[in-house]
Amino acid sequence: MLKAKDLLGLRTLSTDEMDEIMRVAIPMKDIIMRDIKKVPTLRGKSMATLFFENSTRTKSSFEIAAKYLSADCTNLAVSTSSVQKGETLIDTAITLEVMGIELFVMRHGASGAPHFLGRNTKARIINAGDGMNEHPTQGLLDMFTMKDKKGDLGNLTVTILGDVAHSRVARSNIWGLTKYGANVRVVGPETLLPIELQKMGVEVYTDVDKALKGADVVNVLRLQKERQSSGLLPSLVEYNKFWGLTSKRLELIKEDGIIMHPGPMNRGVEIMPEVYEDPRSVVDEQVTNGVAIRMALLFMMLGGKTSDEIN
Amino acid sequence: MKKFIEKAVIMDQDQMDRAWKRIAHELLEKNKTLDNAVILGIRTRGLPLAERLKKTIEEIHGLVLPIGVLDINLYRDDLTSLTEQPVIHQTVIPVGIKGKKIILVDDVLYTGRTIRAALDSIIDMGRPELIQLVVMVDRGHRELPIRADFVGKNVPTSKREKIDVLLKEIDGIDRVVIKELMEEDE
Repeated sequence: MLKAKDLLGLRTLSTDEMDEIMRVAIPMKDIIMRDIKKVPTLRGKSMATLFFENSTRTKSSFEIAAKYLSADCTNLAVSTSSVQKGETLIDTAITLEVMGIELFVMRHGASGAPHFLGRNTKARIINAGDGMNEHPTQGLLDMFTMKDKKGDLGNLTVTILGDVAHSRVARSNIWGLTKYGANVRVVGPETLLPIELQKMGVEVYTDVDKALKGADVVNVLRLQKERQSSGLLPSLVEYNKFWGLTSKRLELIKEDGIIMHPGPMNRGVEIMPEVYEDPRSVVDEQVTNGVAIRMALLFMMLGGKTSDEIN
Repeated sequence: MKKFIEKAVIMDQDQMDRAWKRIAHELLEKNKTLDNAVILGIRTRGLPLAERLKKTIEEIHGLVLPIGVLDINLYRDDLTSLTEQPVIHQTVIPVGIKGKKIILVDDVLYTGRTIRAALDSIIDMGRPELIQLVVMVDRGHRELPIRADFVGKNVPTSKREKIDVLLKEIDGIDRVVIKELMEEDE
């Protein structure tokens, strides 16, 4: 049972809540594997996606999750909406809310935008990525994948490699994994490692080889070209040479370690194509698990009442 | 808080065992063959009852049937009005159900809504040849046109009453009891 109205980040979620989401995701994953990928559970429930930034997998994953559970999902195409005429975020959301939308899935370039919207709507909000803050559903699907492949999260050493500074995926991974007591290492170019990282309870490395040695999981971050300000990186070729995950570097992780990437991949930059092809790569399964995690969340947030609402 | 007090024991362990033995015979009699059958128990109490039926059929006919477990919560028609969200578990069926004879097992048949949900969930997984329903107790008060093919015991009840099927595997004892609702104020 989720305590808060909105799912904004893993920073504010308890391990009990995360356990419950990951537990419900297991029967949801079974539905994805069936011939008839539909259950009538959320029939008559309405939700909308509100994406102010581009997305392939997160947006379609939420939409597919809604369809498999029989909820109706509207996609607001921000680029062709009245947002372009200057309509504010709150007005846009309220317009949809009075048409009966009960839950918004929102992505926005500004950190805190979903929090702000959540305070101004009755509808429930799921944060699908806010600026450089959090991407909680990605964090949950990453942990769900790790738990499925490697067992108890508390026993794992997870190396997060790459553009940590700009990565909301990294932050959600760190908040979630440290709550379970996992040993989290972060590594990347010093210009892309924020100073406050140590306070989040992780080990900070600048030497890739040391950071990868003996890891159970390596989670490779996408180099966020659209967010780079000048001077942080000399060139993509150099980034690949010093920080890219190559087959040679892969030899350093545990023999049965797994390779993850939240997508979309810059092949040949942060990850080499042959690493993605490696049998230990679980990148595609992450995408499937993403649908299961989102189905679990939609069910928990739209199906039945929470104890708080009843009290 | 609703409070129920126990009124009577309507089946003991012996009677429950005998009912399951009788039903194992009736199943074969009615179906001629059970070669193509799969037993499905509805969570929670339908599962141990399904396991017992499997064992009884094995003892009597020497036939080992596959067994699966059904979680019907995703198919409920009262999800949005429930006070507590139901706990969702996995549905696990070891074989394809297309063309199979499904023997569906539950503890109590009451309104028929659980069975409706179970039927929908089975049909979403494939088209079985037929579905037959086995229950330990049929207590009446149907709200849907559904009936059981095999019944351990028919027990006429009032709506103020409640039937509890207690099972060794879950409750530590085999017994069917009838309870009555007390006044709600204390």
